[in-house]
Amino acid sequence: MRVQVVREILSANDQIAQSNQRLLDEKGILAVNLMASPGAGKTSLILATIAATRGRARLGVIEGDLASRIDADRVAREKVPAVQINTGGGCHLDAPQVSRALESLPLEQLDILLIENVGNLVCPANFRLGAHRAVVIASVPEGDDKPFKYPGMFSAADAVVLNKTDLLPYIAFDLARFSRGLRAINPKAPLLSLSCATGEGLAAWVAWLLGQSQPR
Amino acid sequence: MHELPVTENILAIALEEAARVHARKVTAINLVVGDMSSIVDDSVQFYFDFLSKDTPAAGAALNFRRVPPQLCCAECDEHFDFKMEELEQGLACPHCGGSRLEMVSGTEFYVESIDVD
Repeated sequence: MRVQVVREILSANDQIAQSNQRLLDEKGILAVNLMASPGAGKTSLILATIAATRGRARLGVIEGDLASRIDADRVAREKVPAVQINTGGGCHLDAPQVSRALESLPLEQLDILLIENVGNLVCPANFRLGAHRAVVIASVPEGDDKPFKYPGMFSAADAVVLNKTDLLPYIAFDLARFSRGLRAINPKAPLLSLSCATGEGLAAWVAWLLGQSQPR
Repeated sequence: MHELPVTENILAIALEEAARVHARKVTAINLVVGDMSSIVDDSVQFYFDFLSKDTPAAGAALNFRRVPPQLCCAECDEHFDFKMEELEQGLACPHCGGSRLEMVSGTEFYVESIDVD
């Protein structure tokens, strides 16, 4: 006998993601899920964003890594509330981990929550956290073929940051090819080229981010 | 590395639904998996065989129905199947030739039905 079921396998995660988002909405916080390969510059972008938005928005940070407190400590030195999640081998953040992290953040004092996912271009795209926006950070040394190889990740992005543009003179990276790959699966996400090292292009990223903020 | 918790969910759903209809045994679980959902079929089967021992779902076949992602053309709204291998040659809308495309599905991941005795 066949029994019709039609039940989402990740529904438990998705329900907790929804309750995370409700809590963030109540507090008027914009949450952004930052996804990238290891070394693309997620933490560098977070640090640059903290510096560039000081006095304009109050930031909080959730740092996801397999192990260590290195990233949360770097952020905490900037006097920004930061929580480290260690997934202990897990390849992505999930909604229950973010829910626990939210409990230890001073939500009343935040405007924007940056969630740094585990460095991985595959499964973080499949697990909802309750964030309002998904941002993928690619970087010049990774190569211009990444949208072709990880279409799931790039198709899920609300904005794509291309970091380390200061290295363009030294690396064979075809910006037109990268852009073509992105547009073949995602026609809308703005492509924001920047360098956290030199600060070039950061203003456009900060303007995009602040433009997404929840009205108070 | 996330197939283990995912497989636990699949098993729990199958056992709940089987209990609901007072089934004695689950013989198959029919899954729908989008090609963008980063799930490895063999890995799920491996964990399932281990987790389902001593449950009414022991020995059940896992049937994966893979579904291709759909692209939607931003110019003319045409929907068509995305084929990974065509991406690099430059994808274009088969209707109007437009190259601004949006992936509108492909992360499906659900238990469609179970077969029970």
